[in-house]
Amino acid sequence: MNRKYLTEHVMHVIFLVCGFVTIGCVLAISLYMIISGIPAIKEIGLINFLFGTKWASTAADPSYGILAFILSSICGTLGACVLGIPLGILMAVFLSKMAKNKVAGIVRPAVELLAGIPSVVYGLIGMIVLVPFIRKVFHLTNGTGLLAVIIVLTVMILPSIISLAETALSSVPPEYEEASLALGATKMETVFKVSIPAAKSGIAAGVVLGVGRAIGEAMAVMMVAGNVPNMPSLFNSVTLLTTAIAKEMSYASGLQRQALYSIGLVLFVFIMIINLVLNVALKRGNKK
Amino acid sequence: MSTKRKVTDGLIKACIFVSVTIVVGLLIAIIGYIFYRGLPNITWNLLTTQRSVLQDNIGILPNLIYTLYIIITSLVIALPVGVCAAIYLTEYATNAKVVRVIEFATETLTGIPSIIFGLVGYLFFCQKLHLGSSVLAGSLTLVVMILPTIVRTTQEALKTVPESYREGAIGLGATRWYMIRTVVLPCTGDGIVSGAILAIGRIVGESAALIFTAGMGYSLVTNYFQALGTSGGTLSVMLYHYVNDEAEYDTGFAIAAILMILVLIINFAAKLVKRKSRKV
Repeated sequence: MNRKYLTEHVMHVIFLVCGFVTIGCVLAISLYMIISGIPAIKEIGLINFLFGTKWASTAADPSYGILAFILSSICGTLGACVLGIPLGILMAVFLSKMAKNKVAGIVRPAVELLAGIPSVVYGLIGMIVLVPFIRKVFHLTNGTGLLAVIIVLTVMILPSIISLAETALSSVPPEYEEASLALGATKMETVFKVSIPAAKSGIAAGVVLGVGRAIGEAMAVMMVAGNVPNMPSLFNSVTLLTTAIAKEMSYASGLQRQALYSIGLVLFVFIMIINLVLNVALKRGNKK
Repeated sequence: MSTKRKVTDGLIKACIFVSVTIVVGLLIAIIGYIFYRGLPNITWNLLTTQRSVLQDNIGILPNLIYTLYIIITSLVIALPVGVCAAIYLTEYATNAKVVRVIEFATETLTGIPSIIFGLVGYLFFCQKLHLGSSVLAGSLTLVVMILPTIVRTTQEALKTVPESYREGAIGLGATRWYMIRTVVLPCTGDGIVSGAILAIGRIVGESAALIFTAGMGYSLVTNYFQALGTSGGTLSVMLYHYVNDEAEYDTGFAIAAILMILVLIINFAAKLVKRKSRKV
């Protein structure tokens, strides 16, 4: 009996410890990002760092301003949203309201497959197909830039927008739609004036999730962005927060390396804000 | 119905079909193009040799092995921890606030981009613990990354176990751990397996978190324990390396095709498990 009691106790403690591992991880990651990100910001100065327009980390007189990275990241993400949100919502409407079971049974796994493709594969396609295509169509010397970034990111955030929006649209009570249809609204009017407003918090959650993925994506973007610290422009090489880290990590040292950690901290703050927004959006959706 | 309404209705429908065509067409084009460029480049030589700069030979056998080792190491650590965490959340935790905080932490972990995992993994495992860039450091970084996936899928599976099963076992005098071991866990096997499959999918496709932690090593090390200490690039990392640093596009497409085949298999396996668990 005593031994049984002991096992019971030991197992309880093991489960308890494992349960708190995720909290520990989040705390440790936050702590590490802050501790390693602060020194460079202190040395460069917060204003100079965040709003400085010149990044020349390897110059004799180095300057570390990441405004261009921040703006490029934001522009890339916004651009991907402008393209991805309408596409994603229309796809979700198709899957949940229009497609017959058989068609949805083919399209839905296709969307899931889109989510499963590794980001480097998107980067490869972007680099070999998309960038030369942009160069040819717009007669540029180099096709890399925000346009390529936006297109690649759009494809990458589509699956999360589609799947969350579809779930939200499917869980709209059928009575709402039936009432609208009975009042003489067409199917499409019902979808856009009744179903989508009713499902807006779920759709919003999908969008925020997509934004998080877009702003944090590194490798795929790195292969099409061109990685020159320019201000954001559609047809000129740009550097984003993520690519700035990934590009210089391999050879940076000293203050340059610490500045990269600080960029990581800025990115981390962005992500944490997005996470909080996502949580609020989801909670509001659940309350209904 | 007025013509204006008819026209808007038709226009919206047209927009929907256009977007469906775009997305599905895009997917077919991407997969088709990768297989078209990649499959001819998958040669026996590529799969069974290792890279040699002297002989101007490119082989990915070591990277296949490293990928496998990283998957095994990450899962061996993450599966028990993740499953135990899920058990704690659904079977033990009585304080709703604690559960909420843990779930919030898990969700936050899901949202952190892989490059941040790479940075912190590098700072902690490679530098602080002096593991250097090695398969072990990479695997440990990935453990943190895939933990939320495993916790969430196991939790979902645990929630589907009927409460009456638990009551029955407890009523017969079983202790809580005995009840979990003999009644609850056997019912959640499929959920745990599907979590593991999803995690494998993430590991196979991961690159940003591994580039600094596991590195891009490509020398052949077959001994598992020796490999843990050496730098080893997975397929995704090597794809990036060959394309971006060496402009070896044919090899890049060959690896991309292999990755696509793996992703297809993983998606199919996940679907099979889901269908099976629904039947039971």
